[in-house]
Amino acid sequence: MRILFNYLIFPGFLFSACIGLIAGWIDRKVTARIQWRVGPPWYQNFVDIVKLLGKETIIPEGSAKRTFLLSPFLGLLSASLVATILGVTVRLPLESFAGDLIVVLYLLVIPAIAIIIGASSSRNPLASIGASREMKLVLGYELPFILSIIAVIIKSAGAIQIGSILNHQINFGSNLVSWSGILAFIVTILCMQAKLCLVPFDMSEAEQEIMAGVFIEYSGLPLAIFKLTKAVLLYTMPLFLIILFWGSNLTPLALIGKYTALLVIIILIKNTNPRLRIDQALRFFWGPVTILAAIAVVLAILGY
Amino acid sequence: MNLKLRALTKSIWVFHAACSPCNNCDIEILDLITPRYDVERFGIVLVGSVRHADVLLVTGVPNYKTKERLKKLYSQAPQPCLVVAVGNCACARVMFKDSYNSPCAVDEVVPVSVYIPGCPPKPEAMIAGVVKLIQKVRGKK
Repeated sequence: MRILFNYLIFPGFLFSACIGLIAGWIDRKVTARIQWRVGPPWYQNFVDIVKLLGKETIIPEGSAKRTFLLSPFLGLLSASLVATILGVTVRLPLESFAGDLIVVLYLLVIPAIAIIIGASSSRNPLASIGASREMKLVLGYELPFILSIIAVIIKSAGAIQIGSILNHQINFGSNLVSWSGILAFIVTILCMQAKLCLVPFDMSEAEQEIMAGVFIEYSGLPLAIFKLTKAVLLYTMPLFLIILFWGSNLTPLALIGKYTALLVIIILIKNTNPRLRIDQALRFFWGPVTILAAIAVVLAILGY
Repeated sequence: MNLKLRALTKSIWVFHAACSPCNNCDIEILDLITPRYDVERFGIVLVGSVRHADVLLVTGVPNYKTKERLKKLYSQAPQPCLVVAVGNCACARVMFKDSYNSPCAVDEVVPVSVYIPGCPPKPEAMIAGVVKLIQKVRGKK
């Protein structure tokens, strides 16, 4: 019973979706302000979801029907599960099991896989272009992301339980204030930008170029579920980064401040960069970013 | 008026279906999302795929090729979908009425909800047309 409450209401699906939708509104409002516009009201993202729920769901002819309709739910369920695990860990650090860091890493890949499967099952050549770009992007950013998490594990004396990493930071200070920590933090911020499919890494979902790429055939309820998945990820990914790197003080006020700071960084990167091509993004992730992550691992081994 | 339509009037996703116009109306439509008029504060967003559309903005006179595609586009948009005819050419074909190239007007191909006349219509006129569209959706249904 308590598990259901944790998963569905707080800190699971409902809570993370609401926070994520409001964070998405902050993003739209700040972007509008930077462009000297006014921007939408605070309830805009909620109204978008409600409107999408009232639209007709069209299933393209010749597509794989069940896969087309079920893949959005795959992404939403795993994203909410990550939000639940992280939310429970923040309140009670050692109640989880050893190795849940690896489980969270696997669960965070599943929304991208859900997008790829959904796009491939929709029998549209533009969607398949978007799916192939998303596949290459996942290959690109997973490598430096895991390398920087290895740096965090080494710094926390080999603990692979998120609660232990949190306790280590409470005792010894944030992972952020060391040389290896700050390098790994920068690497994970760039990988987070790619995982959230935000500019400069939103080439799989390019609106003007390939007509909304992966989501081109989606309408109505499945599209609303995809947008909710994006909102839950927008809440979950910065929270994951804060727990791993900045977790020395996680009282609610400090947590809100740190989350807002990461949101500001995401919006700044989003508004000052154009969209990259997929080969430029791959060269970026497998070149400078992986080298930075490798340097972070070496520095962590050496104890800096 | 039920929740579905109330949400529809507050978050309108627009697909720009240009049936080979002279592009003057298209430039004025793009004017609406610039900072001077900024329709995003009403929830109006330009979308890339017709399956995400609530409103089809039709510009230009349909010729033999675009007539078929316009019919297909309207059937590809998920209901409830409204059509707005922007510009004199889309409303009534004016000088192209007897042309060899234009078989019919827009409202003989798809059911049009709001006509916005002008050549090209000023952005203020387009905003007034959007307001009339919202009032029509709220009042009738």
